[in-house]
Order: sequence, then structure tokens, then C-alpha cells
Amino acid sequence: MHFKPVKKPEFKKISDYVWEIPMSYKSEMRVPARIYASKKLLDGMDLQVFDQVTNVATLPGIINHALCMPDGHSGYGFPIGGVAAFDAEEGVISPGGVGFDINCGMRLVTTNLTYDDVKPKLKELVDLLFDRVPAGVGSEGFVKFKAPEFREMIETGAKWCLEKGWGWEEDLRRTEEEGCIAGADESKVSDRAVTRGLNQIGTLGSGNHYLEIQVVKPENIVDAAAAKTFGIFPNQVVVMFHCGSRGFGHQVATDYLQVFLDVMEKKYGIKILDRELACAPFTSPEGQDYFAAMKCGLNMSFANRQVILHRIRECFSKVFGKSAEELEMHQVYDVAHNTAKLEEYDVDGKRTKVLVHRKGATRAFGPGRVEVPAEFRSTGQPVIIGGSMETGSYLLAGTDGAMKETWGSTAHGSGRTMSRTQAKQMFHGETLQKDMAAKGIYVKTVSYAGLAEEAGKAYKDIDEVIDAAHNAGISRKVVKFVPIGNIKG
Amino acid sequence: MPWKFVEGITVADVAFEATGRSLDDVFSASAEAVTATMVKEVKSLRPIVKKELELSAVSPEQLLHDFLEELVYLKDAELLLFGRTVTTIKKDGKSLTASLYGEKLNPKRHELLVDVKAVTWHGFSLKKSGREWRATAVLDV
Repeated sequence: MHFKPVKKPEFKKISDYVWEIPMSYKSEMRVPARIYASKKLLDGMDLQVFDQVTNVATLPGIINHALCMPDGHSGYGFPIGGVAAFDAEEGVISPGGVGFDINCGMRLVTTNLTYDDVKPKLKELVDLLFDRVPAGVGSEGFVKFKAPEFREMIETGAKWCLEKGWGWEEDLRRTEEEGCIAGADESKVSDRAVTRGLNQIGTLGSGNHYLEIQVVKPENIVDAAAAKTFGIFPNQVVVMFHCGSRGFGHQVATDYLQVFLDVMEKKYGIKILDRELACAPFTSPEGQDYFAAMKCGLNMSFANRQVILHRIRECFSKVFGKSAEELEMHQVYDVAHNTAKLEEYDVDGKRTKVLVHRKGATRAFGPGRVEVPAEFRSTGQPVIIGGSMETGSYLLAGTDGAMKETWGSTAHGSGRTMSRTQAKQMFHGETLQKDMAAKGIYVKTVSYAGLAEEAGKAYKDIDEVIDAAHNAGISRKVVKFVPIGNIKG
Repeated sequence: MPWKFVEGITVADVAFEATGRSLDDVFSASAEAVTATMVKEVKSLRPIVKKELELSAVSPEQLLHDFLEELVYLKDAELLLFGRTVTTIKKDGKSLTASLYGEKLNPKRHELLVDVKAVTWHGFSLKKSGREWRATAVLDV
């Protein structure tokens, strides 16, 4: 074991859902750290979360607080659920604050079908989706690239897919950054990263990535007006999926982590407490190169989810004998939960551009922000939170509270509490599949071991996480979805 | 080759510890651990393809990291998994040549598990204790 034992901090209670770790916890801290959680969730967090979030608090240029969201658990560098904003002039950028899976995110799609419409065809639908949306180790998508075209795609993101006929104009408007973040520069991306990504567009990957068919039970609609604005109605069937930039994004992160490890101390005199927090000044050549390459990861992931959406529409169309338009398969929204973005906030009474790192945290912009599509602007940004495959998922709305306290951020999922090895010891994939079938959830998986690792009991209680985010005021509940069909990598 | 998955280092991903009497042994054991994370029976990988590698780095620890990253790269770039690796590491531990024996992954032949996407620096170490080398790594999955 190579970790020093972590001392449990003495928390200062700011409110029932906000807990502060003071700067006295570590001499190197530049700002306090704050955990957004109920007391129960706080008590259940592994101690490394507190070590990691206070390590983040030591980074140059950090503003206000290092933050951790209610689903926080230990990661690398930043904890998962970590949020931090840095001064755009004096601060740093760190791949450890974005994560290896750049723009890992969620997409939610509506249908005009009800549970009664889908139930008789659920197996056929899930089987077809399982065939058309490849998942698991080494899965390959139907899009075949040569390197130059791939390099074009990573600069244009989901827009590239629309040129191929794989999407609707409105999909772009309902994607963060309209599916194509400005400033992506393919020349900052290695050939190695491109080679890793060539076959991966249109694939889910494995681990906690999935595609799920879900139902809106009438009693689970919390805010009827917001649900209506987002296109949600009682007994409706929706599709939610979770995936990222696959091996491509991981290689970009790996490449630049090494670059930063090489220059950070020697060239910029920055000392850090954890190699996974390797960073460089944001304005440095290395910092700007990573920012431009990381944006290619964002775009690749937007394109990946766009192609998967195209496949989903094809599958529904085939099974139900109607076009996707007739089935009203509108994208509600696409959120990125592993990013670093330049955003404007009021800091000390001044409008200021800051670099917000979100690692396992969802942007949750409140009402009025111009980045939110016009039709949702008075409601707040749709926030898609994936739960475990057994328990359900949520659609929330962004709030003013998030804008004031958490750099417009909230949770991203349930958050694991059990290791993968423990989960495999406790659960058996085939048994779990049968148990879920008995509960009305039809699951197809590439790997039974992988299925066991993702058992609902390996995660925090999603309701507890969402209650904490809601009660802390950093997002508000709109609707909970329950799963009826699931594809696991 | 002795290696084992270890608990208590990561909640969401996979950690392993590998040991060996020499750097060559601990590198091969670590490679097997990476492959065993992705495929249930490493022995099910037939030695159909042989890849030769040459790597150098600033330290033995960095060399091990780069070597394992190479396996992850070849899994995505060429869909290759390797059941056996033979390394020859120079005395200073900073460069190696390796022969990797394996085949293209095939879900019909290989029981695939979880995808390894990166070898992290989280808790990564390579140390000699007495006569034994010990490596610890966390794999992002």
C-alpha cells in the first residue's frame, strides 16, 4: 500500500447539505474545500475523497473553494464529483480535473410511446439495440475512418454527423456547446490518440457505460411544468445513455499528463501532492495545447453520442414501423460531466472568465443563461443524472443556487460505494440478470462479470444523492425514470 | 507469474499488485494482470501474433508505466491482447525490448470482462524490497 493514512477532517457545518474542510487541514491549501452532501452521504464517503479534494485546494489560481458533489467518491487527482474554478490568467489547467474519459456524458431522448406500447416489443427492441450499438472490450462502430477524416470530425463534433445525415438540426441546439466546442485543434492531438479512436465512434464501451430504456411513472413526476417543458409526460418511454470519448479521450489525457509531469516543476516551479494532479499554467503553451486537444476529446464524444442516437432512432423505427419523426424521438439534452470550460461568473462583484473543471460533475446552469437553449432558458438547463441499472435515473433542472455556489455544477450519478472485486464476490451476473427480469428489467450484456460489477447495491442510493443536490439548491428535481431495458458493455 | 487484484486502493476501478525476482519477471506479471482485467482466461489467448517492442524511459517506474500503456494502446489500435510477454530489460532498468505473443480479441473465443482504458499514476509504484520487485498500479476501466 502506498497511501498515507488519511486523517478524517473536522468539518465545519455550513448548512445541512454543505460541509467545509478548513485550510488548516493541510498547510498547502490555498482555499477551503466544501462537500455538498447530507450527513449520511458525508459519513459514507471514503476518506480519500477528503484527501483528494483538499489536494485540489492546493492548486495555483483556484478560486473560492475546491468542491465535491453529493455523489463524490475517490478518483485520481480530483475526486469523482470534483469541481474547481481557476483564474484564467493566474490559474492552472489539469487533466486530473477533467478525467481520462474526456466528455463522458449523458444523453436523453423522448418518444411518444407509453409503457403499454413498448412492453410487448421490449425484448425485440433491446436485442436490436444490443446488436446495433456495440459495447464491451474492443467493440467497433459502423463508421469506418481514415485518420484525416477522423481529424476533421474531432474539430467539428456532432456537426460532422449531421453532414452525414446522422441527426436532426435540433439535436445540436440541445447539446452542450451545440455539439461542437470552439477552439478544438486536431494538430495538438497525437497520431496514437487518433489510431486508438478510429473504430470507436458509435460504441458504448464498458464499465459503467450503458444504454437504457426507461419509463416515466406518473408518481415520479416532481415538477410537472418543467417536465412538460422538457417534453416529458406520464407513462412515457424514454431512452438514456452514458458513454464518452473511448480510447481516444484516454490517450489525449495520458499524453498530456506526461507532458505536464515533465514541465510542471522544472519549467513552472509548480509542486503538487499527487502526480494525477499534474498541471500547467492555463496560459502556458502546454496548457493551451492540452485545452485545444481536450476540446477534440469533447467533440469526439459529442459525435459518438450523436451516432448512437442515430442508431437508436433506426432501431425504434424498425421495431415500431414508424419513422423516428413520427415517434417524436426528440433529444431532451446532452450533458458532459468530464470537462474543463471557460465560463463567466460574478466573482467579487466583477464579471470574470474562469476555467471550470468538472470531473464527474454535471453543468447545471440556472434560468437565464444564454448557453441554455431558448426553449429551456426560463426553466434552467436540463441535467441528466444516471443511476444504477436497478434503481433509476433522474432529470433535474439547473438553478441559481448552482450559479452562486458551485460554478453552475451538480452531481453526475449515484457514485460507487463498493469496489468491482467486492461486487463480483457478492453478485453473480446471470443471477442478477434473472432477478432484474423478475422486476421487469430486460438486460443484455457483453459480460456477466461486468454486469455483476454494476449491481445496484454497488452504488449509493440515487434518491439520497438527488435529495442532497435538490435540498442544497444546486439543482432541482423534475422527474425520476425507472428502467425497463438495459444494454451493458 | 505472481500478481493479484488488491482492494482498498480504488473504489471505481481496478488495482493490482505484481511481484518478481527480477525486473523482467515483475514486468511480465504486471502485463498479465492488465490482460486478466480484460479477459477471463489469459490462457485462452493463442500466440498467433508476435509484436516486438523497444522502449526507453527516465526511470524503471516510468518504463513499466509506458510498457503497460503500450498494451492498452495495442488493444484499441489493433484489437490485440497478449497471453505471454517476454521482456529483456537493461541493467539500469531504463530501457527494454519485449516480445508480445497473442491474438486479435474475439468475443466468441474469449470471455471478455472490462475494458482497460488507461494505466493511471494513482498509487503507481515499482520498488525493490529485499530480493523482490513489487509493482502496484490502478487501471482506469
